[in-house]
Amino acid sequence: MKRIQINEDVCIGCRLCEVWCIVAHSKSKDIIKAFKQEKPRPIAMIRVQEDIPISFGAQCRHCPEPICVFSCISGALYIDENGIVLHNSKKCVGCWTCILVCPYGAIMRNEDEKTALKCDFCMEQGTPSCVEHCPNEGLTLVEVSENGF
Amino acid sequence: MDFDYLIIGNSSGGIGGAEAIRKYDKKGTLAIISDEPVHTYSRALIPYYLKGNITYDKLYYRPSNFYNKNNIQTFLGKKIIKLDVKSRAIILEDGESLNFKELLIASGGVPFVPPIKGLNQNNYFTFTSVDDANKIKDKIESGHIQKAVVLGGGLIGLLAAEALSSFNIEVSVVELAERVLIKVLDNISSKICEEILEENGIRVITGHTISEVINNPDDPDKIDKIILDNNEKLDCDLLIIAIGVRPRLDFLKDTEININRGIVVDNHMQTNIPGIYACGDCAEIYDFILDIKKLTPLWPTAYIGGMIAGFNMAGHNKEFTMGMNMNSMKFFGIPVMSGGLIEKPDDGNYEVLTRYEPENMIYKKIILKDNIVKGIISVNSIDRTGIIIGLMRNNIDVSSFKAHLMSDDFDLIYFPREIRNEIFTGRLL
Repeated sequence: MKRIQINEDVCIGCRLCEVWCIVAHSKSKDIIKAFKQEKPRPIAMIRVQEDIPISFGAQCRHCPEPICVFSCISGALYIDENGIVLHNSKKCVGCWTCILVCPYGAIMRNEDEKTALKCDFCMEQGTPSCVEHCPNEGLTLVEVSENGF
Repeated sequence: MDFDYLIIGNSSGGIGGAEAIRKYDKKGTLAIISDEPVHTYSRALIPYYLKGNITYDKLYYRPSNFYNKNNIQTFLGKKIIKLDVKSRAIILEDGESLNFKELLIASGGVPFVPPIKGLNQNNYFTFTSVDDANKIKDKIESGHIQKAVVLGGGLIGLLAAEALSSFNIEVSVVELAERVLIKVLDNISSKICEEILEENGIRVITGHTISEVINNPDDPDKIDKIILDNNEKLDCDLLIIAIGVRPRLDFLKDTEININRGIVVDNHMQTNIPGIYACGDCAEIYDFILDIKKLTPLWPTAYIGGMIAGFNMAGHNKEFTMGMNMNSMKFFGIPVMSGGLIEKPDDGNYEVLTRYEPENMIYKKIILKDNIVKGIISVNSIDRTGIIIGLMRNNIDVSSFKAHLMSDDFDLIYFPREIRNEIFTGRLL
């Protein structure tokens, strides 16, 4: 199975991963429309962290034993048949228990909807958009064992 | 009937057990027993349901085809009379006997109702099941509920109070301790929560309890007034008692299963009887922060405990050593979290970091011992709290990035690189 590897040595902090995450989760899938017209604008589910000279983009690790799924009180978080950790916002009540337990800080809050938000591995399009658009291989898709990296 | 696996309880612990068993054993016969006659649902959602934030169907914890898909037989609406350890059987109220090879007891808790003068079977409500929520809903819909009293200022009581207040009911919370949420928050954070409640019209009465309920002379099932221990009288149309739950252990009477305050289990979640496991609100879980076994009635703990039990039941050795007290709460939209210690113990080399911004209703406190995080409280600044909890679980020395711990933008970037590498490759918990 494939997971996203974070390569902080080569990240240049350009934040294109955030930009393309937003585009990938927009209605239009168009960068101009997503940023200029869609309201509310989608929220990036990857976060670039910076403490110059270090930077990296980090998103959900899709853990083999996801504590967020185990802890979710509503059943909104689940593991799909490919081992990807997904979130059904229709089931989510915004209790934030997932935020309490995720050791990566990978779950965001959608304040408008009062629901959690997380990386969905761009399941609909194949390669995650952040990986696809990273100009410097700061994020790469690698093959890992069933137990993770 | 004979089963390879029997699970008592259809809530998080039982489902955690069933899902773990099915991960490794797709064929073994498996049955879930519960006295509640409903598909698995999340009792943690009943405040949202009572309030009307979610509809009944959203209470379901797993999709409707869950039992079918996982080849699970159910005995729902069936009360258990006793467990026969010797013949390895469960006896149901209707006389049926279910034999098992491996058993998981995830029977949960029963609300504790103290003896109060004037209380009878029908003049109060508890708030731990969907049945309770429905009864309260019906009562509210029947009209004429203007004033309500909630006994208990713990999490369930306060959530019940908030839900009631959304119906324009005047709510008073009565808590015997000197402040609300005394088990999960410190003084400042619990005062902030009291403030939030009061600002939203809920009266919080601390340091007192109910000494008597006065029933309507024409209808003994209808309360007129509540009398507190200081003789204050409160008008009351609806009383909810929410002072806590106790492990549900009645069917274990006269068995050899070790019971302290809850069922005693080892790190494999196994009781003293081989092949009989327990988890959730009915069991005592190892708390790695306090280094003791204790009742830890929390949804995630029940699920993970059940899962660990399930793995072991299916022959896969696994231990649960990461139990801790931890809560995510929300009062009128303000998020509040706590994990581990809430107060610095008197002994030992503890350090406390705090940040309090009353004007923003932000409060943060981190308790450290020898530079290892042992406790966190965060009010209204909760993003990425899980990173701190992760530091606790992994016993990580924070000395090199302690200065960043309290800030709103605290993140993985501040970790030493070698720890971050471990984290990103999933080698930490």
